Amino acid sequence: MKKPVPVKAPVFSLLNAQLVYEGRVVLDNICLSIAPGERVALVGKSGVGKSTLLAALREQQSNSVAWCPQQHGLVPMLSVYHNIYMGGLHRHNTLYNLLNLIKPLSRPLREVAALAKQLQLSESFHARVEQLSGGQSQRVAIGRALYQQQAVFLGDEPVSAVDDYQAQQLLTLILEKHETLVLALHDVEQALRFCDRIIGLKEGAIVLDAPSSTLKANDLVELYS
Amino acid sequence: MQTLSANSVYKSRQQTLSGIFSLRSTSFYIAVIAGVCLLLADIEIISPSPWQEFKAMGQGLMSPHIVSYTELFNGVANTLSFALQGMAVAVVAGFFLALAYRHWWVRGFCAFIRAIHELFWALIFIQCFGLSPLTGLLAIALPYAGTLAKVYGELFEETPPQPRANLPNSKSLSTFFYTTLPLAWPALSHYTRYRFECALRSTVVLGFVGLPTLGFYLETALSEGLYREAAGLLYVLLLLIVSQRWWFRKALLPVYLLVAVVCLPPSASFNWQTMTQFFTEDIIPQPLRTASGDGIGSWLVFLWQQQLWPGLFNTLVLSQIALFFTALLALLAFPFSSPLFVGPLVRGGSAGLLVIARTLPEYLLAFVALLLWGPSMLPAIVALALHNGAIITHLIAGFSKQISLRDDASKGVNRYAYEVLPRLYRQFLAILFYRWEVILRESAILGILGIATLGFYIDSAFEEFRFDRAALLILASALLNMAVDTLARYLRRRLHLVTTADIR
Repeated sequence: MKKPVPVKAPVFSLLNAQLVYEGRVVLDNICLSIAPGERVALVGKSGVGKSTLLAALREQQSNSVAWCPQQHGLVPMLSVYHNIYMGGLHRHNTLYNLLNLIKPLSRPLREVAALAKQLQLSESFHARVEQLSGGQSQRVAIGRALYQQQAVFLGDEPVSAVDDYQAQQLLTLILEKHETLVLALHDVEQALRFCDRIIGLKEGAIVLDAPSSTLKANDLVELYS
Repeated sequence: MQTLSANSVYKSRQQTLSGIFSLRSTSFYIAVIAGVCLLLADIEIISPSPWQEFKAMGQGLMSPHIVSYTELFNGVANTLSFALQGMAVAVVAGFFLALAYRHWWVRGFCAFIRAIHELFWALIFIQCFGLSPLTGLLAIALPYAGTLAKVYGELFEETPPQPRANLPNSKSLSTFFYTTLPLAWPALSHYTRYRFECALRSTVVLGFVGLPTLGFYLETALSEGLYREAAGLLYVLLLLIVSQRWWFRKALLPVYLLVAVVCLPPSASFNWQTMTQFFTEDIIPQPLRTASGDGIGSWLVFLWQQQLWPGLFNTLVLSQIALFFTALLALLAFPFSSPLFVGPLVRGGSAGLLVIARTLPEYLLAFVALLLWGPSMLPAIVALALHNGAIITHLIAGFSKQISLRDDASKGVNRYAYEVLPRLYRQFLAILFYRWEVILRESAILGILGIATLGFYIDSAFEEFRFDRAALLILASALLNMAVDTLARYLRRRLHLVTTADIR
């Protein structure tokens, strides 16, 4: 007799969803279910609707996912420390947050410094974000998402602005700290290597949904033609 | 991603065309209305010997004289102290009001308190607290809190939404302090600084109704024809405001404020009884104070016919003429401050003149012009046009520096008409509409000097202790300001005029 597979409640589920971006239907009739523990990569041409899909997933759990969007939306005049700390605002009361804004408090300072070290941001830890390069800003945005300390991570091209070696390090770090992930990635190799489920989008629909172990880079070329 | 189809290109072209036409027709109406108003206005020169007075003033300016350094010190100290304390209260109150600015009743409350001019507030508070420091503080703090709340609120709204949208709890107060506030901070502190300069000017003007600031000593000297002494005070005032960029330091503000509060604590000797009587009895229309309320109809009719209507009419006539001449002056003067037209020597000269006209409050300019030409609308028009025209000229000339022309661009008048003015006209109108409300507020106020606008009737009502009339007239002036503010905002939106913090 076969042992029944335990069914966990999905983290995200879409049933015949129609997703709209700026008044235009981008994805239609989408059915999707993501279980806890899954590591999902969204792949497809730019403009196909990966960001729209991610935003729709976030809406389902907006307070319990770590969110790392393509538009970083950092606050340029604040330091790297404060921008990363922002991810943890919801864990403290307003007074604590205000004091920390005026003078960094020792406990969060320790925590964020450790995180910054892993992100290789130690040297610019107290620099204003407006003084950073594109790659550095992206690492700050990742740091802010990590400091949200959630079990689920949603990332929209989280490592697009750094070199391949660094991208791999960062993805490893993100994977370490989260149970469930959905990442939009344009680098097919990265998608296959770091995720265990690939969802391919093309012309407003999901055209591919398979375990990455069954796929090769060539199988994904079709999505970009 | 944007794709421009042929259709949308056509559409945007159409919009541009209709935009130009409505800019044109708006300008046309401003001129026509001003023309009609000029026919209705009283603008004769009444003074018997304007030239002689002018000569005397000129001589005074050439040989300034300071009579009493104690007086001067007191005047300067009081001016600074009122402005600092008033602004401190206004900044705190304005900030908290701005946090709640999305509620219509907060916006309405702010619009109302800023629609009443600081001089009118002063006249009201003098009845309760006498000529005390508290009166000066409140007269500045109240209208300024309304203005700051509006500008802060708008600046918060204009910040990019992504930083807060990316955080889990995007509406919390913590999120506001970490994202919205730092994003708005540069514009916010820039504007607050500008507003402090305005507060200095307003405080000087409060001296003209008796508070012991520089304006008080200036008024005394000017009314007695002591032009040498007036010139001395005038130069000190100019120096005080122009040198602000050197002494107005963020780090020193707490020290300044502490000194201001210690030297001139916001105290007042008042008794509750007079104050309660003022607010619950004196400002109630007289016929309503009796149980029957008889005669309220005739009271209103009398007030409307004798004061309210002529006051409103003259305020509007004066403001429309002043608006037109402000625009005209700015359009004629800005080439002399723009590197596109003149060299550094001319620019330096015109910058000097502009600083003087911008720094001196309209009220003071009007007071001086009144000494020359006597009480008609002429001095008021000249004062309003000079002050506001100088402000617009300064801003427009600044914008013109950002234009880079091709090497073979035309020169002189052709360059002005074909290259520069079309590029700047939208911004110019935007600023003009912002100044419209200011000009209207000031038009009402200049009545205190004897021109028959609303301020004239309000001032007379206070002098006769008819506070019920004063209250109704002040209410009318507030409503008029709010109406014009709304109209100006509608026009700005309709004409797609830029609204940035730089021009408020």
